[in-house]
Formats: sequence, C-alpha cells, structure tokens
Amino acid sequence: MLKLDKLTKVYKTGDKALSDVTLKIPGGQIIALIGPSGAGKSTLIRCINRLVEPTSGSVTLDGTEITTLGSGALRRMRRRMGMIFQEYALVERLTVMENVLSGRLGYVGFWRSFLRKFPQSDIDEAYRLLDRVGLLHMADKRADELSGGQRQRVGIARALIQDPALLLVDEPTASLDPKTSRQIMRLITELCAERGLAAIVNIHDVSLAQMFVQRVVALNLGHVIFDGGPADLTPEVLTDIYGEEDWEATIAKVEDEEEET
Amino acid sequence: MPTSTNASGEKIWKLRTRNETLFRWALWLATIIAFYVSWMKISDQTTWFFVYDAPRIAADIGGRAWPPRWSYIDQLGGAIWDTINMATLGTIFALFMAVPVAFLAARNTTPSKTFIRPVALLVIVSTRSINSLIWALLLVSIIGPGVLAGIVAIAIRSIGFCAKLLYEAIEEIDSTQVEAITATGASRWQTMAYGIVPQIMPAFAGIAVFRWDINFRESTVLGLVGAGGIGLQLQGSLNTLAWPQVSLILIVILVAVIIGEWVSARVRGAII
Repeated sequence: MLKLDKLTKVYKTGDKALSDVTLKIPGGQIIALIGPSGAGKSTLIRCINRLVEPTSGSVTLDGTEITTLGSGALRRMRRRMGMIFQEYALVERLTVMENVLSGRLGYVGFWRSFLRKFPQSDIDEAYRLLDRVGLLHMADKRADELSGGQRQRVGIARALIQDPALLLVDEPTASLDPKTSRQIMRLITELCAERGLAAIVNIHDVSLAQMFVQRVVALNLGHVIFDGGPADLTPEVLTDIYGEEDWEATIAKVEDEEEET
Repeated sequence: MPTSTNASGEKIWKLRTRNETLFRWALWLATIIAFYVSWMKISDQTTWFFVYDAPRIAADIGGRAWPPRWSYIDQLGGAIWDTINMATLGTIFALFMAVPVAFLAARNTTPSKTFIRPVALLVIVSTRSINSLIWALLLVSIIGPGVLAGIVAIAIRSIGFCAKLLYEAIEEIDSTQVEAITATGASRWQTMAYGIVPQIMPAFAGIAVFRWDINFRESTVLGLVGAGGIGLQLQGSLNTLAWPQVSLILIVILVAVIIGEWVSARVRGAII
C-alpha cells in the first residue's frame, strides 16, 4: 500500500510542481497518471523514491515513511521501488546482462558489484527475467545495439530484479511505435499482475491508458483533478484536464481498437 | 534593419545594414594597417644580410650532415627506449592523479562547488600553464639530472590537460543513466562505477592515448635540459658540431614519432 499525503514540491525557481497531492494505491493496483506536459507527473514519481526531494507532505510505502529516511535507509527503501524510464536509461556501454544485474546493486557490496561477482541466485533470476521479457538470446549484447522496444524490456527486467513492491514507470512508451507501445504496456501490466505489484504509470497516450489500466488519475498544474475508472474519461473530463479540443475521436478510436484486440 | 522598402514599394533584403557593412570594412582596414606596421618593425630589427645568407649556410650544414653516421645508432637504442619509457610512465602517473582531480572538478560529481571545485580547477590551470621543458629544468635542479626528472616533468604537465578533458567528459554524461542506477538503491560509489565510469571510458581512453602521443614528442626534447632520453644525445652532438650524428638522431625521432602516431591511431580505433 502506497500512501501520499499532501505531497508538495516547490522548485528553487518558485515553480510549484505539486501541491497537496493525496493518493492511496493498494498493493497490486496499477494506476495511469495522465495530464498535460508540465503537470507534475514526472516530479510526482520522482518524489516517491526521492530522486527529487519533496518540499513537504509524506510518502508511506507499506507503513514506512520515506520522506524522513536517512541516506542508508533510503537506499534500502529504493530497492523496494523499481523505476522504468522514458528513454530507457540503460547504461549504454554495458551489456544487457550487466544492465539487468545493476538492479541488484542495492543488495550487493561495492567490490562484488565492481568485479561483477553477483550471487548465483541473482544471475539465475536475471536469466529468468530475460527469458520472461523475451531477450535471453541478447544477454551478452551491448545495450546500445538494441532497438527501442528491446531496451525498454531490459529496463523492465532491471526494475523487476530488484524484487520491488512498487513500480514507478515514467512515460514507458513515449519513444516507441504504437505496436511496441502496446506490447510494452501489456508486458508491464502482466508482470504486475503476476507479482502483485502496485504501479504508477505516467503516460501521455490516453487511449493506451484506457486500454490497460483500471484506474486513471489526472494531474494538472500539480493538483489531482480526476481519479476514476477509464470509462469515466468523458470528453468533458478530458477538456477539464487538457483544455478544449475535440475528444470524441480519441475516445471513439479506443473503443474501435478494443474491439479488434 | 536589413529589410527595407524602396521607392516602388518592393521589399529589399540585405544580409547586413549599412552601418554593419561600414564597420566590417573598417575592421579589415585596421587589420591590414596593423599587419603592415608589425612587418616594418620586424624588418627593422632583422639583419637582412644573415637572412640572404641563410640558404648557403643551410646547404653547408646539410652537406656536412649528409650522410648520417649510421654506426652511431648503437648508442641511440638505449636513449630512445628511455624516451619511450619517460612518455609512458609520465602519462600513467598523470592519469592516476588526473582522475580524482577531474571528478572533483566536474560540476555534477564534485562534493562541493564552492570549496573543492575551485581548488581542483586551480590544480588544472597551474599544471597546464607551465611547459614540460620548464618543469624539467626545475626538476633537474631539484632531483638531479636523469630519466626520473623527465618522468615527473611529463606527469605534472599532463595532469591538468588530462583532468580538464576528463572533467568536461564527465559533465557531458547522460544524467538519466545515473538517475536510473541511483533509483535501484545503489550507493554513491556503485553509482559512479555503474552510471558514470562506463559513460566516460571512451573519452578516458582517447585522452590517455592522445596525451601519450604528445608526451612522446615532448620527451624527445627534455634531454636538452638534462632530463634523460634521446635529447641528451642530441644536445651532445649539437655541442660538438657532429652534424652526421644530429641528422641520424632527427631521423630516429621522426621514425619513432611515426610509429607512435600509428600505435595511438590503432589503439584509439580499437576502443571507440
């Protein structure tokens, strides 16, 4: 169970990226976080694992308050939160296997990780995950040799090998073509269901969100302005979130696509 | 305003306004005048007789220097080996010192922008600003003549160069890769080893080879001030006006530099 209570972030420039965001996400639930660019979506998920320090408010994961942790305890807490990035954020010059194993860095000491002497159980798990995401044959390739969709699969494996309770997913499909986007979203939602993970998925593509998640939260200017099921996203609601536009096409398209699949 | 309208109402576009054009002409004129004045000054201070005489003297020395004294090569093997070692060891020591300095100087890795970074930048500037020949002069008087003085001179001179290029490479890394490693719960040192080091490895290798290449050339002259290597032989031969030996030494240096260039190009190609 992840709880955000009055989470607020004010940047040094005075921009208020989040104001009093209060959310509850039970274990196993996936939410899609939508909203226009600059609404604070990325800031919100970075405030949860404190890549960005929140200004005030609290974040609680399974009863542990994260915002007040010292650096050692924060590192142990970050192991419980896997993160997946828009541009994959793989270390390009390391191999696929090294990238996946880097998800275990929080569990092994410096010299073991430096010499790449990971425990056998970690290596077994890495192979299992690579097999699960369909990249077993790519294990020894360098990350920069992979295509966008393949890289994102490695990014997913890296997040999952942490054995997290929560996935923080930042625009996982923004750099991918429509078909790969769906495959990636399907993979993420399947894996979350298999492992009972909660997830926050930042996403631009409203129809894609409607296709794959049961709960949608919308941010605008740092405020939560919508929290409901995918079917509740009517043209009026989308106008509230993004501004005036003809939304019928977006929503109609979703329904067509759902019939196809 | 480059765009204006003429009498018949057509829009005229020019790259520059009239004032800008005039300013440019003035600048060219000033440059030509400065060149002319400087040339006159140099001409006044030159003894033109020596200059007219130069081709004859050059031909004379060339005639004495040719053919090179090939038998002298026996004594050059050790000297060129010393020179290579000076360059290589100097570069290695410099890299050992440059890496921490670079991490302290880079904006995204320095522990303190206000205190430690300026100190690191000072180290970079001060070691870079003094030529290795001058370092060698100083070090020969401090630790005595020989190869060690040359190695230390090369090392000190190279710290700033390597650290500067390396810290620029560190500042240009992709920060999201670092962010991703941090997000896994990695410690500071692990983040450095996994997030930063792989990203700067190509730059590091390139810098190391490039600096070795430069150091190899520099170390050929360090002997002139007593810091060992082939420069020592060169100085001895110049002092005794043994022109056939001088020409042989120059040939040996030329060949060695070409080989060094080839090696560094191959190494760089293999890494990147």
